[in-house]
Amino acid sequence: MLALWHGIVTGFGVPDYIAPSPVQVLQVFVDQGDVLWINFWPTLLEAASGFVAGNTVAVLLAVWFVHNRLAERAFYPIAVFINTIPIIAIAPILVLILGNGYAPKIVIAALICFFPTLVNMVRGLKAVSPQTIELMRVLSASEREVLFKIRLQSSLPFLFAALKIASTTCVIGAIVGEWIGSNYGLGSLIIEATYNFRAPLLYATVVLGAGLAVAAFAGVTLAERRVLKWKPAEVF
Amino acid sequence: MTAAPAAGSVAASGADAGSAAVAVAVRDLAVRFENDGGSVPALDGVSLDVPAGGLVTMLGPSGCGKSTLLRAIADLVPVSQGEIEVFGRAPEAARRARDFAFVFQDANLLPWRSAIGNVRLPLEVGRRNAGEGVQQHAEPAELLALVGLGGRENALPHELSGGMRQRVSIARALVCRPRVLLMDEPFGALDEITRDKLNEELLRIWRETGTTIIFVTHSIPEAAFLGQKCLVLSAQPGRVREYLDIDFAGARTLAVRDTLEFVQVTARLRRLLAESA
Repeated sequence: MLALWHGIVTGFGVPDYIAPSPVQVLQVFVDQGDVLWINFWPTLLEAASGFVAGNTVAVLLAVWFVHNRLAERAFYPIAVFINTIPIIAIAPILVLILGNGYAPKIVIAALICFFPTLVNMVRGLKAVSPQTIELMRVLSASEREVLFKIRLQSSLPFLFAALKIASTTCVIGAIVGEWIGSNYGLGSLIIEATYNFRAPLLYATVVLGAGLAVAAFAGVTLAERRVLKWKPAEVF
Repeated sequence: MTAAPAAGSVAASGADAGSAAVAVAVRDLAVRFENDGGSVPALDGVSLDVPAGGLVTMLGPSGCGKSTLLRAIADLVPVSQGEIEVFGRAPEAARRARDFAFVFQDANLLPWRSAIGNVRLPLEVGRRNAGEGVQQHAEPAELLALVGLGGRENALPHELSGGMRQRVSIARALVCRPRVLLMDEPFGALDEITRDKLNEELLRIWRETGTTIIFVTHSIPEAAFLGQKCLVLSAQPGRVREYLDIDFAGARTLAVRDTLEFVQVTARLRRLLAESA
């Protein structure tokens, strides 16, 4: 595919500022590596912090919802409502409120992770067979024991499905946050490179951002394989 | 029509067991399920005594409430009327004291726990509510050996066959040394060969542990083969149709099922079921 790309770009004489060849993109990694990496770390930090924060809040909220129907009925619709607002629309609001630092980007990354995890986790925590609940009742187990011995484990496949989504979207969240108001990070580098017609730099930045998301996804998949050994192989 | 002879047979067997201890006593039990339209009676006027150390099978057409009766004894279904006592205690107190254990139709194992981990589950939960019962327990590894799974302690449920999973669930039920084992069609989902084998093994386990067993089934041969006594229920609402003693001259091995007396018993059960449906 890279060869095809290179062939088309050089063969048809496409100018650099519209579509660079893969060789030029690679050249950016060598020549301007320091610029890329300086902007990479803030994005990684924001995406990772958002991932942790968004998923933690979602899991805790899901546990609360499962034990309190009233809370679920009251707050689930609000969560759905927040999710329906496009993240692009929320981002400027958060920048206005939280300023120009890491905070708004982390919140945006967290928000984007939050909803899929909440929905999956509520389903996962409830995905316990009635017979298992009856078994725990015969054993006079408390709600707390049902949560820690049964519900959390049986929700793990659902949680990992959500984390896989979140692992890639948290990077998008961080980058979108940087578009709106920032002078560092891969997002701001994308804006800067676009406005200055530095297409090779733009492409390199995009490749790096995608690489980050792929690495995060691979990390979650690896963790899933280790944790969910009890799942029969065909489920994967 | 069915209530009168049923009451008579209970009284008769109660007189027989006058000297022996009663494990589970049910008196004039009614269970009604509430739904939108009102209440639907599931059981009505059910009385029976299960002798301590006995093995009683419950047989009836589907929807006759045999599972409901078992669940009422296990404190899983609220009683609308009447009384249940498990060794003199109400079901809730008996549950907290771990007087009984329940074996479900599905093995109901936790898929992330090994065989032995599943057997240990009852020892890990309910401590606050059931302190007394958790104190004295059997060794999980020995129980797995008892059910014929010695050496498979660390196998995960998905690595075991359906029959093996049900063996694990029987070991789990026995871990707190229950005085009564309540079994709800435990072998219903297994193939016939596995089922025959587990029937024989259950009899062996029953003899070795001396546990009282109440066994719900919809298989006539199973009810006849396992039960010292067989309770036949009629449907809608569930009432006691007959509570009969089953006794064979020969030993209870699978071979007994080819004898004339076994066929006579199953024929009688089949007739009772046909009348009560």
